[in-house]
Amino acid sequence: MHELGVTESIVNIALDKAKEAQASKIVKINIVIGELSGFVPDCIEFYFDFVSKNSIAEGAKLHFELAPAEFRCRTCSTIFHPHDTTWTCPECQSQSVEMTGGRELYVENMEVE
Amino acid sequence: MKKIEIVQNILEANELIASQNQRLLDEHKVFAINIMSSPGAGKTSLILQTIARLKDKLRIGVVEGDFASTIDADKVKDEAAAVVQITTRNMSEQCALIANMVSHALKCLPLGDIDLLLIENVGNLLCPAEFVLGEHRRVVISSLPEGDDKPIKYPVIFANADAVVINKLDFLPYVDFDIAAFEKALKGLNPEVRIFRVSCKTGEGIENWCSWLLGELKASRTGK
Ligand SMILES: [Zn+2]
Repeated sequence: MHELGVTESIVNIALDKAKEAQASKIVKINIVIGELSGFVPDCIEFYFDFVSKNSIAEGAKLHFELAPAEFRCRTCSTIFHPHDTTWTCPECQSQSVEMTGGRELYVENMEVE
Repeated sequence: MKKIEIVQNILEANELIASQNQRLLDEHKVFAINIMSSPGAGKTSLILQTIARLKDKLRIGVVEGDFASTIDADKVKDEAAAVVQITTRNMSEQCALIANMVSHALKCLPLGDIDLLLIENVGNLLCPAEFVLGEHRRVVISSLPEGDDKPIKYPVIFANADAVVINKLDFLPYVDFDIAAFEKALKGLNPEVRIFRVSCKTGEGIENWCSWLLGELKASRTGK
């Protein structure tokens, strides 16, 4: 359900930028979403039809790019993308790791007419 | 067809309202705690224990945001100095509090008469991790019956917590929960986190938790 608020934000951002660019129609919105973030693209898509209705974003295609989880080892500084859900450094097996990627949620760009 | 570069954080709108909430809280010298956990981990019990232990020292307000757990809400209403329950039209579908809901709740509270505000978030470890509310500290409760793999399954919420309360310590003889492994995984993700082992049932460890809370609140005031 929190995707409703997020979808509203996406539409607001897109409409603002479209207005600045004096566009008449939004064709496609590219969104980057982190693998570790709590957002589900399907839900955003579901709400999008409803939220964008009667705006120049209506009918726009949403494209989601998944940003992978990324960690940095605090012991040996190795940066790694975990393959399962044990956040252990592949080089030194340290479990002391800093999350450096996978939390993204932003509108990257869009195509307009 | 034209391409427009944007790169704008989608959660920015929420973060803006959260910072307005925090400013309002600061103006009234209210110290706010966002309490998050899975359903049934003991958010309400911890709130009740905290009130019982600190109500002679602090005026405590509560924002009840867990729509699923209304059973003890009445008990909280009896104990706290002020309580506001967040209700929205589609209550049952909400999976996290967002800053805007808290902003409305703050308008219903006598902020001048509150020192400590406990915000009970919706029972879930995924969605509340994404939305700041304007709180000063973020606390996650994890209880023994849930298993010791929660920090690995939900790294975001644990990596950004100021404190983690391990609740239902009284279950230790009956469940397979490796406290050392849990704490190691947690400290790995979040070396600064404070960990409290408590049982809201027996009261064990509650004193440590409450003295941390009191210390954080006092430190925030002298910092002003
Ligand atoms: Zn390493």
